[in-house]
Amino acid sequence: MIISIASGKGGTGKTTVATNMAVSLGGDVQLLDCDVEEPNAHLFIHPVINEVKTITTPVPEVDMEKCNLCGKCGEICQFKAIVVIGKTVLPFPEMCHSCGGCMEVCPEKAITETGRELGVIERGSRNGLEFVHGKLRVGEAMSPPLIRKVREYARPDVLTIIDAPPGTSCPVIASMKGADFVLLVTEPTPFGLNDLKLAVGAVKILGIPCGLIINRSDMGDDKVKIYAEKENLPILMEIPFDRKIAEAYSRGEMIVEVMPEWKEKFLKLYQQIEEMSFHKNH
Amino acid sequence: MEKIAVSCEEPSLDSPVDPRFGRAAGFLIVDPDTLEFSYVDNGASQAMSQGAGIQAAETVCRSGAKVVLTGYVGPKAFQALFAAGIKIGQNLEKMTVRQAIDKFNAGEVDMATAPNRMGHGA
Repeated sequence: MIISIASGKGGTGKTTVATNMAVSLGGDVQLLDCDVEEPNAHLFIHPVINEVKTITTPVPEVDMEKCNLCGKCGEICQFKAIVVIGKTVLPFPEMCHSCGGCMEVCPEKAITETGRELGVIERGSRNGLEFVHGKLRVGEAMSPPLIRKVREYARPDVLTIIDAPPGTSCPVIASMKGADFVLLVTEPTPFGLNDLKLAVGAVKILGIPCGLIINRSDMGDDKVKIYAEKENLPILMEIPFDRKIAEAYSRGEMIVEVMPEWKEKFLKLYQQIEEMSFHKNH
Repeated sequence: MEKIAVSCEEPSLDSPVDPRFGRAAGFLIVDPDTLEFSYVDNGASQAMSQGAGIQAAETVCRSGAKVVLTGYVGPKAFQALFAAGIKIGQNLEKMTVRQAIDKFNAGEVDMATAPNRMGHGA
């Protein structure tokens, strides 16, 4: 089973929920931090990293000895990642979406694959919890290909918890698509509600069952709850605005470490999700 | 004489130079001696999310012009124009196409060796 933890708005507590749930459940769990532009789950999990892999995406390289300047590569490219101009062919690797079209249409077989570095994937563990995250190369504009590579580490025989990036664009879709359940973390503020609505819209298009966690639930107003009721979104957990939790966070500690009574709540959260996705799928 | 492509807002010698190369409305392809010109629309580049400068460079290259006069050229467009052997005169905004040509004919336009704008991706 794959549970994706998303939010719309940033800073609502996705990583807090993902790390606490993963640690509470213990064995047979893997945590994939797919927020590859700013991964931070490792700051709480403190995993021992034992595998580092550089990830590349294929981009074209042109052999000018074979090229006859026919221009077919430039015509098929939708991203201006390769152009025939003057008496030369110019690839722009940073614009390339790795579709392979230029290689396919080249009648002279003058185009071969080389790689553009997307970033690295690090894999490790902590007390039996498997941990994987991606770190996007500084300057790289496309994160979804790296996110998909991180997700390739998902094993069907265990519970996979995905810490998704904020927002509702391609990187978030890449982190939610194919999940069995999406857990949306929000806060009871106008900003939280606005972005929650966008996230719910995206989850609906993907057709994935979802539930809500309200973080810092005792501040703000009750508009998130009214919205949740109207949308039939189950509120699966409320985390109060508690100084003890904030202090722990600032030290890189999890809620369940400083307040062990929370472990039970996270286990119950998982049971509820399991039941909801079971009913949906059977 | 080699033809010159000037980024312009309207198809006229008295049009302001469009400061943007990649997303210029169009290019006036001018014979600098006779001031005879033709117009190439660049509207399609304005609708592109990325690669506008590269496409504009292709358009200029196809027009047969050997020199570009414009305001700002980004790094990818610069690379493409350079590869095509087209010379680039930058910082010619805030004047008309005619004034830019006059300046070029008077030898007052230095040909650029580097782009003067960062791309959107940078």
